[in-house]
Amino acid sequence: MSTVLNTTGRAFEKARAENRAALIGYLPAGFPDLQGSIDAIKVMVEHGCDIIEIGLPYTDPVLDGPTIQAAAQQALDNGIRTKQVLEVVEAVAAFGAPTLVMTYWGPVERYGVEKFAADLAAAGGAGLITPDITPDFGQEWIAAADKHGLDKVFLVAPSSTDERIAMTTAAARGFVYAAAVMGVTGKTAANIDIVAPLVARTKATTTTPVGVGIGVSNGQQAAEIAAHADAVIVGSAFVKTLLEAPDRETGLRNLAALTEDLAAGVRRG
Amino acid sequence: MSEKPMPETTWDADEFGWFGGEGAWGGRFMPEALVAALEELTVAYNEAMADPEFVKAFEDSLVDYANVPSPLYEAKHLSEQYGVRILLKREDLNHTGAHKIRNVLGQALLTKRMGKTRVIAETGAGQHGVASATAAAYFGLDCTVYMGAVDTRRQALNVARMELLGAKVIAVESGSATLKDAINEALRDWVASVDHTAYLFGTAAGPHPFPSMVRDFTRGIGDEARAQCLAKYGVLPDAIAACVGGGSNAIGLFTAFLDDADTAIYGFEAGGDGVETGRHAATIVAGGSGVLHGARTYVLQDDDGQTIESHSISAGLDYPGVGPQHAWLAASGRATYEAVTDAEAMKAFQHLARTEGIIPAIESSHALAGALRLAPKLAAEKGKDAILLINLSGRGDKDMGTALDYFNLGEPTGETA
Ligand SMILES: Cc1ncc(COP(=O)(O)O)c(C=O)c1O
Repeated sequence: MSTVLNTTGRAFEKARAENRAALIGYLPAGFPDLQGSIDAIKVMVEHGCDIIEIGLPYTDPVLDGPTIQAAAQQALDNGIRTKQVLEVVEAVAAFGAPTLVMTYWGPVERYGVEKFAADLAAAGGAGLITPDITPDFGQEWIAAADKHGLDKVFLVAPSSTDERIAMTTAAARGFVYAAAVMGVTGKTAANIDIVAPLVARTKATTTTPVGVGIGVSNGQQAAEIAAHADAVIVGSAFVKTLLEAPDRETGLRNLAALTEDLAAGVRRG
Repeated sequence: MSEKPMPETTWDADEFGWFGGEGAWGGRFMPEALVAALEELTVAYNEAMADPEFVKAFEDSLVDYANVPSPLYEAKHLSEQYGVRILLKREDLNHTGAHKIRNVLGQALLTKRMGKTRVIAETGAGQHGVASATAAAYFGLDCTVYMGAVDTRRQALNVARMELLGAKVIAVESGSATLKDAINEALRDWVASVDHTAYLFGTAAGPHPFPSMVRDFTRGIGDEARAQCLAKYGVLPDAIAACVGGGSNAIGLFTAFLDDADTAIYGFEAGGDGVETGRHAATIVAGGSGVLHGARTYVLQDDDGQTIESHSISAGLDYPGVGPQHAWLAASGRATYEAVTDAEAMKAFQHLARTEGIIPAIESSHALAGALRLAPKLAAEKGKDAILLINLSGRGDKDMGTALDYFNLGEPTGETA
């Protein structure tokens, strides 16, 4: 595994050395605004997120529930586009946590797949998480990622066949994203009876770390999942904390508290 | 933009859903959570179409229940006015009033065969929603229909029809609150319900296998029209025309004629206030290659790949994407796509009502307006025996609210026009 600073591999090595799961935090770029998202992610890194996922705000986020959709819309209304997302990546990567971009495919294709990979790498980004690209339709992205040494994080789901899980993990680099629920982000709570078998089926095919996301919102759940997975991924709960805060300062304080709760969770698991 | 050479033998998608060769148009850009369901659907669909019993049950339901084949009607007054033979494929006479019933009967039968108990659908003009609610009632399935909030207002009559038929109609407020956002919400529902729910997709767009499946269930339009035209006139039409939202009625008409090199094929998109104003839904005419709702196709998008909201007076055409097979037909040059403005469509809407006593859907009025624009050229080139065949995809009852506002109807003056 690479020892270069800021790769997800290094973050997983560190967590493993501490005998715990890693905590991965998601926030859309430009939410609540450009600087606000950078400030918020700084808090998340300082209080225990090992890896950061930056969402690229998109008009048609079919895998996201109302919370993330609202945040993404706010970012779009603020004029946040791909260029600003890369600026956020550059700023956030400097905080020391490996930083990936989670994006639907439309904007990447429009930007140019090869150019996107090159610019993401130049900004210090670690890779992409692609909720609507599976490896069997992602040849162009796989080639670009390989060329620029970027992580390729693909999803597996409770509905995935063993055959598809094997195909997906064979193409993945960085980690594999196991969707804990059949559903969109921020609506249904993860159920360990569904998560555990999926993680086991995934781990049976690969040594690449497996992160579990969608439906995780507190330390208790994080602990439960951390007992099975290499990473716990949290998105909507962070977004919700900021959306519901009466002011910026309170939002960041609540964000710190939530991050600490989750970070303690992955250490109990 | 991918403009690959035409494959030699077929206009069909390959087994991965690519039209025009691997990576060109179509494919399956979807969350992994839905891939198992899409694969299951592909297998079930292929098996069903190879099973004569299924095909017969589908065809019987069309004939016995949906009032198909629809007539091919020669619009004599229009023909006289324009100097060519104008034929209307009367899909407006199908049960539920549009071509959409064909697709839905096929997909609902398949749902039964797959043992699922609930269907969801998205709808723009409401005709697909009404068809879905009808098929659900007919086959005893639970039905939920997603509809943009803007569309629930302009197609209120169809919301009432769906409710009467026992469907639950959910108004979607996000984004442009039209068809695009209804599809997003339906996909979200499907991710969470896919074990017992089938998504009755209403147009020839979306991830593989929907574009191929919807085409195959609606291709009866063209198969019938082609045979009807040959039987009655002994020749094929010189030109055929249909409106294009997602593209189901158009691909249903076009498919039978794709290998008839002498038949020109026209698709008419919604030009809204005019393509130059930016307020339109002319996806092929004014969009570019992108990925939306699971397929690579033409999309109305900004420089960053964010979808641009479409505008059309017609709810059924108000969509910033289009089925990938149309993208391929456009890129390959086999079909020509042009835009028709709201004003042109409404003029054609009124004109057909007054000359033939037929009130078409505003969607279909786009096809009519575009075709009538072509007619003088066709007349000049080929004379009065030239045949121009137009798909009248649906009837206009649902659009009376829009017509009322547009033409200031409903206040009788007592004068004769
Ligand atoms: C009568 C009618 N025609 C056409 C359309 C447009 O759909 P498509 O482009 O899939 O044929 C609709 C959609 O609601 C419709 O109701």
